[in-house]
Amino acid sequence: MGLTDYMQSLSEIRGVSGHEGLVRAKLRELLAGHVDQMESDTIGNLYAYAKSNGKTAGPKVMLAAHMDEVGFLVTGADKDGMVHFANVGGVDAKVVPAKVVRIGPNAVPGVIGTKAIHRQEPDERGKPFDPKKLSIDIGATTRAEALKLVKPGDQVTWEIQYGPFGAGLVKGRALDDRIGCAVLVEVLKQAYAVPVVGVFTVQEEIGTRGAAVAANKLLPDIGICLEGTVCADIPGTEPEGQTTRIGRGPAISLMDAGTIHHPALVKHLVAVAEREGIPYQYREATRGGNDAARMSLAGAGAMACAVSIPCRYIHSPVAVASPSDFENAVRLVRAFIESIARGELKA
Amino acid sequence: MNDLIESFTQAYGPSGHEDQVREVIRKAVAPHCDRTETDALGNLICYRQGSGETATRKRVMLAGHMDEIGIIVTHIDEKGFLRFAPVGGMPPAVLLGQRVVFADGQVGAIGSERIDDPKDLKHEKMFIDIGATSRDEARRHVEVGDVATYQRPLSAMGGLLSSKSMDDRIGCVVVAETLRRLKNCPHDVYAVFTTQEEVGLRGAKTAAYGVDPQFGLAYDVCPVGDTPKAQSILNTALGAGAAIKAKDNSVIVPPKVKNMLVRTAEAAGIKYQLEVLAAGGTDTGAIQLTKSGVFAGCISIPTRYIHTPVETVMLSDVEACVQLSVRVLAGPIEV
Repeated sequence: MGLTDYMQSLSEIRGVSGHEGLVRAKLRELLAGHVDQMESDTIGNLYAYAKSNGKTAGPKVMLAAHMDEVGFLVTGADKDGMVHFANVGGVDAKVVPAKVVRIGPNAVPGVIGTKAIHRQEPDERGKPFDPKKLSIDIGATTRAEALKLVKPGDQVTWEIQYGPFGAGLVKGRALDDRIGCAVLVEVLKQAYAVPVVGVFTVQEEIGTRGAAVAANKLLPDIGICLEGTVCADIPGTEPEGQTTRIGRGPAISLMDAGTIHHPALVKHLVAVAEREGIPYQYREATRGGNDAARMSLAGAGAMACAVSIPCRYIHSPVAVASPSDFENAVRLVRAFIESIARGELKA
Repeated sequence: MNDLIESFTQAYGPSGHEDQVREVIRKAVAPHCDRTETDALGNLICYRQGSGETATRKRVMLAGHMDEIGIIVTHIDEKGFLRFAPVGGMPPAVLLGQRVVFADGQVGAIGSERIDDPKDLKHEKMFIDIGATSRDEARRHVEVGDVATYQRPLSAMGGLLSSKSMDDRIGCVVVAETLRRLKNCPHDVYAVFTTQEEVGLRGAKTAAYGVDPQFGLAYDVCPVGDTPKAQSILNTALGAGAAIKAKDNSVIVPPKVKNMLVRTAEAAGIKYQLEVLAAGGTDTGAIQLTKSGVFAGCISIPTRYIHTPVETVMLSDVEACVQLSVRVLAGPIEV
């Protein structure tokens, strides 16, 4: 299986919320020939129907992984040619300055500048910059020159190269949630004896909007959200605040701001993991939300759960994840669906 | 009705973990229904066929939420203390010094790290002590993800009743008692004991989609302004009867519905008061926004000290709510 063979392109492809086209095209290419059918909808979700070998009975399982990433949007340019921008999704204001970015369909390079430390007053140092005062420098000197290169509405993404590093981990941009997309690609590469639809959703980072549309279209019985989640196993964070730990296996969610993950599914995920000898951990936090909320509340309701890959430093230019967590997430989700197909889930 | 109040309030059932309270309620209402079922979110849906003519018969959804607020274990430390996060509105200052109980009866005491200024008291600084001395020992009784609720029996105080979880087991009591007293109802009644109200009206949303009602009535508690230096904008008081909702954060009750409830109360000589809830929502809002929209209203039970272990109601108000509810369902519903 291996995480590295196509994870690089999934991580480096640019796809801020509402601009998921390139990610969708790449996923179509990765899934071609592996699934029964693919389609997309008006909001941009990609649906991939897993091979069923003619079996269409049993609970309908929907899996969701979101294609979009947090980033920025061009809002205009000023008379000096500096490009103005707005945040898309939950970007930490502290990580915005001093970054190289790519803008729009032509990937125009730009720099989000800072005031040099030499010119900062003592009380300015150590404080985040007011994001309203930051702009993107693309080397233009007039508004007209800037608007020849970039347009209002263009997406802005961080420029970060993906790759393995250190003692067996990987680093890259947008691992939230391209690593979940990669899990879903692997899960969809086999046939199941229940109907399984993988949905690569749009606009999760600005309010799980794509998943709302997809869940209402499919009306699943069981929803499984695949996410890149918070991992704060870093110096200065007490164990009770770490949420997840890298390399300890996929994280099973219990409750977050949008969902109380169905206790019967949580219990069954744990039972399957233990039976198969797959390492797992609980997501030890209740903040944040994901596409599971939309699946659980669609129509007359569904049982929903979430399986996540711990990703350090999410919602910043670069995240870090473990290939072993990825592989174990794929194993767990495959075994979980197979078990549901055998009728082993006690609801 | 007192038997229902005792058994419903004392049952365990925090949001998302309503299995135990659901069985308690199912046993109480099953004799008064044609069938009961449970959906994917755990809502208990109790159906009773109506006897009315097709022209006046409506598909009516009643909703009382059976979940209660709680705390969920997020981490177990090496000494066996449990860290937790709130499930629904659990003010830290109220939690301090309380005893809580888990689904299997395991009891815990709430403690806190040393805090110099009470304003710094946050859930992150608090923990549950279950008497374990190591993580392994704690995990023999409690796992990450287990949920605890307040441990607090029902007590009578003068004409008042005080217990944990009056919010909204008293609403469930009103629905159950309505079914018990209701004879010859013309309408097809779907009495739904909903889940996950305290975390965002979630159960009512999916239940209403499934039931597809033509009229909806929610039953929930409302705060009162009759205690010393209470929030002055509250018009409600214990002893002033059933509260008919005009508005909360989830719903503006259509005047037609509110007025119909007022007319019904006045015609039957049932004591009532009008309620505007400044903060917080109810299942009413979830029902109203279902599909292409549903006429929905709410009968509220005036309650002191909501979201504490000593939620307190007056029996005469509960009785007024039941009488109003029965009276509304006994005749044609014209809105």
